[in-house]
Amino acid sequence: MSTSEFQSQPDRPPPNFQTGWVKWFRDNLFSSPFNTFLTIVAVYLLYLTLPWILQWAIFEADWVGTTREACETTDGQPRYGIGACWVFISVRFNQIIYGFYPPELQWRPNIIAILLIVLLTGLLLKGVKHKQWIGAFTLIGFPIIAGILIHGGLFGLEVVDTDQWGGLMLTLILSWVGIIASLPIGTALALGRRSQMPIVRTCSIVYIEFWRGVPLITVLFMASVMLPLFLPEGTEFDKLIRCFIGIVLFQSAYMAEVVRGGLQAIPKGQYEAADALGLSYWEKMNLIVLPQALKIVIPGIVNTFIALFKDTTLVYIVGLIEMLHILQIAGRDSEWIGFDTEGYVFAALLFWIFCYSMSHYSQSLEKKLHTGHKR
Amino acid sequence: MKFIKLLLAAAFTVSASAGAFAGTLEDVKGNGELKCGVSTGLPGFSAPDKDGTWKGLDVDVCRAVAAAVLGDAGKVKFVPLTAKERFTALQSGEIDVLSRNTTWTVTRDSSLGLNFAGVNYYDGQGFLVKKNLGVKSALELDGASVCIQAGTTTELNLADYFRGNKMQFKAITYDTSDQTVKGFEAGRCDVLTSDQSQLYALRIQLKDPNSAAVLPEVISKEPLGPVVRQGDDVWFNIVKWSMFALVIAEEKGLTSKNVDSMKKSSDPGIQRVLGTSGEVGKNLMLSSDWAYNIIKQVGNYGEAFERNVGMSSALKIARGLNQLWTKGGIQYAPPMR
Repeated sequence: MSTSEFQSQPDRPPPNFQTGWVKWFRDNLFSSPFNTFLTIVAVYLLYLTLPWILQWAIFEADWVGTTREACETTDGQPRYGIGACWVFISVRFNQIIYGFYPPELQWRPNIIAILLIVLLTGLLLKGVKHKQWIGAFTLIGFPIIAGILIHGGLFGLEVVDTDQWGGLMLTLILSWVGIIASLPIGTALALGRRSQMPIVRTCSIVYIEFWRGVPLITVLFMASVMLPLFLPEGTEFDKLIRCFIGIVLFQSAYMAEVVRGGLQAIPKGQYEAADALGLSYWEKMNLIVLPQALKIVIPGIVNTFIALFKDTTLVYIVGLIEMLHILQIAGRDSEWIGFDTEGYVFAALLFWIFCYSMSHYSQSLEKKLHTGHKR
Repeated sequence: MKFIKLLLAAAFTVSASAGAFAGTLEDVKGNGELKCGVSTGLPGFSAPDKDGTWKGLDVDVCRAVAAAVLGDAGKVKFVPLTAKERFTALQSGEIDVLSRNTTWTVTRDSSLGLNFAGVNYYDGQGFLVKKNLGVKSALELDGASVCIQAGTTTELNLADYFRGNKMQFKAITYDTSDQTVKGFEAGRCDVLTSDQSQLYALRIQLKDPNSAAVLPEVISKEPLGPVVRQGDDVWFNIVKWSMFALVIAEEKGLTSKNVDSMKKSSDPGIQRVLGTSGEVGKNLMLSSDWAYNIIKQVGNYGEAFERNVGMSSALKIARGLNQLWTKGGIQYAPPMR
């Protein structure tokens, strides 16, 4: 009788239902009776809606043509309301992007858009040097160049009045101005609210509580309807500037509270350590407190920015025609009555793209700046 | 203290504004363009086309005034305004004339420091019915169910009209005009009621616009017209007579196509309109060919109507009340002599 030496057998493969897509399904979709139930309900809802949506938006939709007839007839026969009429969007596409900006001058906003993309890629890509300079340029130099190029009036550029600005361009300009102006002002207000000096503190509190207490639509309405009555006659105050001021005043109050949340999250020891090192107030804030505080509140800041981006649609109340509104009035053209649904769907898509990119950027920024402060 | 001063200054500005705007004509000539307040979008009345050119019946009033004053119907800066800010924009001098489907009422005429310069469209509440009902008049609507938008004066007008004619109706109310159309289309009601100009725009949104028709009855008065600031009579006259010139041109058979040849006409009435004789233009403080410019560049009232809201447009609104007084409507202009 020979004793066989113990030999380890090769591992047997796991059972079929523990590998591959079967396992994935079991883990993610059918892990408990309740989850199974939810999965079935979700699939059923998709079954109900998805074919209809696809049919409306893609398969039965009209893509080519330039007139209303392209959507209402097929081979000369009338057809009604099966699919979307994207012709409406393509005919109006230039207006959706530029508003009433003169077509022969649209290269100017185009250059600005390209410059912005270049700057943002420079900021986002890893391994690009001198990022702080690019960042500073994006925040300070770029808006000035953009303002000169889009408005004109200097260096022999033809002036394009702000009432001709519109569409996506106007939406982006409004939110860009709101974003870059409200962050520094908001930070200053947050510091002011936590200041030891009673007057500074009171002023900050009054400012924040006042502007946070009124709706943006009221601010814009006052700026547009009441302000002209108070100003001396003949003083024309550009509508867009009025909106800029209204939005920045309003948004910086919100930003101040977001930043204050960050300031309060910094342990007292950090302040005391800075004091012990003999740093002045501004050195303490710039070198120790704000870098940590702002990092913590990135989600809050981006949240505010996204809200601002969508709030820019409210400028319609003063007759500025931003992207959503230009789609609305496109549907008021008697040639194109009745295609509002397509307009709203397209506007929603554009808004989603921009807001999603912003939120994506904020997540990558959080990861990059992550230094173990998150618990 | 400073705030009180500011308020006082503001109050003074507002009270002074009526007299201080005397020179609108000079301002417009100085600027080289007419600033005209229009709706941010109303089918057939004011809406930008795909090239960004504003078009519509209200827009054509602006163009007519620009043609009369500046000799060029293209020199208009259109300021899109919401309903809420329209009067302030006029009062504060942001615009020179407001042509934005504004109903002429005594309150607006007397309490806002404004003057209505005429009526470019007689609107009023009407009825849209399915053609297969075979109804030809609103008086046959006894017992009908009516789709209506909630919370508007149309609801009151409707009740008054039916009670006045001893008829019964069942109201089915919706929140927005879109829902109202959908309800009508789905057969929830026999009739849809709203202002006539709206009815035609709603009709296009039906799957088959030809399945429904607008009844001839108009049960409320909504005269829409351009508005100017009170206290500048020269400007008031110019806007008023620019409108009348459109109507008179149609009366006299002057169109944008034949106006050049009509300049040689021996009819003294036509001569006065086109400025080849008489001093109409001078008295209005305009050039003698002011009305010629309007007709040549904008057309007469009938042309503007057909182009924007009439049979050559998508809306296909019948002339109805807006027909000339000689043809059974109430569009009427005082004589130009």
